[in-house]
Amino acid sequence: MNVETTDREVLRVRGLTVTFHPKGRRKAPVQAVRGIDLVLHQGETLSVVGESGCGKSTTARAVLGLVKAAGEIELMGRRFDQMSPREKTRARADIQMVFQDPYSSLDPSQRVGVSIAEPLEVHTDLDAKQRRARVEELLETVGLSAEHADRFPHDFSGGQRQRIAIARALACSPSIVVADEAVSALDVSTQNQVLKLLEELSSSLGVAYLFISHDLAVVRHISDRVAVMYLGTLVEEAAADALFAQPLHPYTQALLSSVLVADPARQRQRTDARLSGDLPDPSNPPSGCVFRTRCPHAMEVCSREVPVPVPRSGGGTVACHLFTEAHEGADPGEPSPTDNLTANGSTR
Amino acid sequence: MSAVPTASDRLPLLEVEGLEVQFRGSSGWTTVVTDVALRVDHGSVLGLVGESGSGKSVTCASILRLFPAGSGRIAAGRIVFNGTDLTTLGERQLNRVRGRDIGMIFQEPMTSLNPVLTVGEQIAEVVRRHGKVGRQAARARAREVLDLVRIPNAATRMRQYPHEFSGGMRQRVMIAMSLATSPSLLIADEPTTALDVTIQVQILDLLKDLAAELEMGILLVTHDLGVVADMCDDVVVMYGGQVVETGSCAEIFAEPRHPYTADLMRARPSIEGRQELYVIPGRPPTPLEWPGGCRFAARCRHRIEDCEAAPVDLHHLGDDRLSRCIRVSELELGGVR
Repeated sequence: MNVETTDREVLRVRGLTVTFHPKGRRKAPVQAVRGIDLVLHQGETLSVVGESGCGKSTTARAVLGLVKAAGEIELMGRRFDQMSPREKTRARADIQMVFQDPYSSLDPSQRVGVSIAEPLEVHTDLDAKQRRARVEELLETVGLSAEHADRFPHDFSGGQRQRIAIARALACSPSIVVADEAVSALDVSTQNQVLKLLEELSSSLGVAYLFISHDLAVVRHISDRVAVMYLGTLVEEAAADALFAQPLHPYTQALLSSVLVADPARQRQRTDARLSGDLPDPSNPPSGCVFRTRCPHAMEVCSREVPVPVPRSGGGTVACHLFTEAHEGADPGEPSPTDNLTANGSTR
Repeated sequence: MSAVPTASDRLPLLEVEGLEVQFRGSSGWTTVVTDVALRVDHGSVLGLVGESGSGKSVTCASILRLFPAGSGRIAAGRIVFNGTDLTTLGERQLNRVRGRDIGMIFQEPMTSLNPVLTVGEQIAEVVRRHGKVGRQAARARAREVLDLVRIPNAATRMRQYPHEFSGGMRQRVMIAMSLATSPSLLIADEPTTALDVTIQVQILDLLKDLAAELEMGILLVTHDLGVVADMCDDVVVMYGGQVVETGSCAEIFAEPRHPYTADLMRARPSIEGRQELYVIPGRPPTPLEWPGGCRFAARCRHRIEDCEAAPVDLHHLGDDRLSRCIRVSELELGGVR
């Protein structure tokens, strides 16, 4: 059975905002996520990329209900905050997670079968025997075998432990799996095994992934759509092929051109403008566009106005004044900024 | 290893031969690295590549014998640095080499910095530790190396604490600290692995510039072939505690001569196109699982019966090009495009 990506929305996020209040006097609150919108369809893989501190993991945790967030989160078309307690429990079973380090997310003193069965105890009426059968079935689904259920996490390699974490996430047949840097700790050879498994599960079970990663090459391979974050804001969002073929936001362009190519001849020829400087202090972000302090195209309007996402060519949205009317109106005589950027903005 | 005659005329900066390293486990000493050979020349960058457990970090640590007391030992081999075999030195003599003639930087800069001392104090301390230098001169040197690693406003930054620096800036501080005593060799163990991509390219550019400017050799340990492609002159590929292939960076990428090297290249997802992900089956063996024959055989697409019969020696392919594969002369492995 192959489940295709459908138009059915399994997750929608509107104006998601997460504010942290650091302890200690004179510490200003930090807006880790600053009002972002996301949609995830059935069977689809949406990747959220960006560098440390951009808010991608906080977005994932907010979606999972692990941090307090403002804004709306809809699961299967129903607003989470309007659900009854019973519906909320059911919704939680429908959205599961896989984290970066499977060793710290599996209880080292518990046999892995017990860990995998835990969500079944909470969310289903299965008796012990049925749970055991389900655990064995899940282990085989992720490429391990039934007898592995009686072993401990330390008996497994990193890649195998990540398979166990995936088996547990799948226990209650969720519609959505949030994978936060799920393959980042693995070596290339094992990383690809786990990525393949995730792909297979997506097409056989129709599960949708919210895939959080800093690794753009991995993202290119497994995503249907990609959302790029910078300092808590969503700067660009598009179908994966369109985004990688034609990145429009100056930050997306800088990010893609920083990714190393494993070919000495071509890697050393690349002379793309590199981003200078560091991420600004998130508790005191720049006014207007948060990227303007490092942007090679920064204009006067960028410090005044926050750019709103506008439709981009090739589908998706981009939040940059080069593409908004404010700029086009201000400089009517200039060549179209879109042409300008794509001409010198390719990644190689 | 370098093809430039001026470099090869000089003595190699570092030459490791027949290195064997053992760690103490619950059942006695276990060999974790065998028969490692590598060479770093003045002003050149050698990449030591492999996955976790390949022995690349152990090889690095053994050069300065950075093992917890009694838990690791060099069982065989020579480590010749500037004409001196480091394996023959006692702890006190080796201490004079550590951090003075050979600098070291690691993956995580925050854990290597003292959080309660200012950055300037820490660098000055290194300078004073290794030479008869006054307070004033040490501070001046600290200031100088912060400039060298392109940290803006060095005078102000000297008075700040590590937590006031970003990850990339902290790694610059670590590099500055390791350069304070003007070492001729820098060992960099995954120096950019914890950094974001936009910061990674900045640090790699800096290391390349420093190698050229200061005529310093760099031994760069990495799992990332992109990092190797960007900055290495020569490459040593390790698998299962052994060197499996050696060659110049250009040669290795154009024409890998060991199936593991070729597989590593194919498995690395590229940002340039979307193709089927290539999977190397299985996983690397731990030292206790090392087979008697080729250590990669169990996962190799080109395995034949003979591969598992006996330990495989490094085959010399001329010009410092080595491969530990018995089928090296018959296989067409294919490199990057």
